[in-house]
Amino acid sequence: MIVFDKVTKVYPDGTVALEEASLTIEPKEFVSIVGHSGAGKTTLAKMLLAEEKPTSGNIFYESLDINKLRKQDIHYFRRKIGTVFQDFRLLPNKTVYENISFAMEMSGRDDEEISSDVPHVLDLVDLTNKAYNFPHELSGGEKQRVAIARAIVNQPDIIIADEPTGNLDPINTNEIIQILKKINDLGTTIILTTHNKGVIDALGKRVITMENGKIIRDDKNGRYVLYK
Amino acid sequence: MFGISAKRIFRSGMQNFFRNGIVSLSSILVMSITLFIMTSIIILGGFLNYSLNQVRNKVDVNVYFVTGAADTDIFSLQKSLEALPEVSSVQYVSSDQALADFKSKHQNDELTLQALDELGDNPLGAVLNIKAKDPSQYAGIATFLDNTESQTLSEGGTNIIDTVNYAQNKVVIDRLSGIIKSVNIIGIWFAIIFVLVSLIVTFNTIRLTIFMAKDEISVMRLVGASNSYIKGPFIVSGLLCGIISSILILIIFAAITFVVNHYYNSYFVGFDLFQYYIANFLEIFAIIFGSGIILGCISSYLAVQKYLKG
Repeated sequence: MIVFDKVTKVYPDGTVALEEASLTIEPKEFVSIVGHSGAGKTTLAKMLLAEEKPTSGNIFYESLDINKLRKQDIHYFRRKIGTVFQDFRLLPNKTVYENISFAMEMSGRDDEEISSDVPHVLDLVDLTNKAYNFPHELSGGEKQRVAIARAIVNQPDIIIADEPTGNLDPINTNEIIQILKKINDLGTTIILTTHNKGVIDALGKRVITMENGKIIRDDKNGRYVLYK
Repeated sequence: MFGISAKRIFRSGMQNFFRNGIVSLSSILVMSITLFIMTSIIILGGFLNYSLNQVRNKVDVNVYFVTGAADTDIFSLQKSLEALPEVSSVQYVSSDQALADFKSKHQNDELTLQALDELGDNPLGAVLNIKAKDPSQYAGIATFLDNTESQTLSEGGTNIIDTVNYAQNKVVIDRLSGIIKSVNIIGIWFAIIFVLVSLIVTFNTIRLTIFMAKDEISVMRLVGASNSYIKGPFIVSGLLCGIISSILILIIFAAITFVVNHYYNSYFVGFDLFQYYIANFLEIFAIIFGSGIILGCISSYLAVQKYLKG
């Protein structure tokens, strides 16, 4: 369970990115966060990853206060969360296989686990035949599927997908969303930020709407109603 | 666990190094230039030392004795001179030997030899050639000779020393001492400046290569990599860069010294570059190899460290 308790973030230049945002995300939920650019979606995601500290308020994961994590413990915490970004963020000098195995190496898995799990997730995202290609040899959709494979390979409790379809065409977008849905069905909490109306309407899951750093709407079976 | 991590870090460092071919190549080139400068300075230092020693060895103070001075008196003076801490050697040349030397020196000069024959007697006295350990110490030796004049009186009460040529040599000796001192000081400063500048250039090159990888570093952090796991591969790459450049430079210098020695030996007044390189190879190897490794590792470490803060 993730709890944001009256979280406010003011950047040094005075910009208010989040204002008294409170929300609770249950395990195995699929939550979409929608809003204009600058509404605070990415800030919310960054705080959950302990990349940013709130100016006031608390963020809990289970009973853990994320802001009280010591610096050297942050990377342990991050291994519980898989991340997928709009710009893919793959390691350019590593093959598809290595990009995924890298994440497993980080969490101290042994070589046997790596050689049995990586082909498995590659199969899940349908990239078995591209295992030894480098990122620059892949299409946008393929890159995003690698990023998802990397995010799920350590079986995290949560996946944060920050605008994962922002750079993709409708067909690839749909593919990525279907994969995320499948992962959610297997029991992983998914937090998806997007401003793609089609995606939200097709999902029919919980939707949190943000505007100017505030949560203005939280619908159980939400639709995209930002642009009234 | 540690074994696995070390293996993975090493493998990853190797991969980065070889897959970033151009970037690694440029780091190797820049580092090679630094190491080249360092090696040149070492060898130049050797050459400078050698030539200064050559000049130093040519300087001496000669004590000319009057003809007929008793050998025992000369030997006792030689003994007391050898006891001085400043003196490195005292060479005795008997009057017969001095004559023979003179004759062989002027063997093509009939006139002089004839004049010598006219004299009948050996006009040359014995000589003591004194070499000091350092040119600046000749003054002390000359004073010693002045002060011991009483000891150098023969039984008949006449001084057995004819002349001491320190006064004539003094100007040359002083100038030489000055030159040796300033060459040493200038040499050290030049070496320091060159090495410092090239170190900074190398450090910045490696920093730039890591700057290009800063997005990668942020991805690694997001994936949950610990700091040491992020730093490790970069340090391995730096290490490889250091090892390759130092080996490269050591080989290049073996070739350079060999070729230069073979074709341009006359410029080095008898200094055997290649021989010097081989004789001091272990020392040069330790300095260059060590510098390469330390430079590579420390530059990488400091450069990555910058992106791991916060």
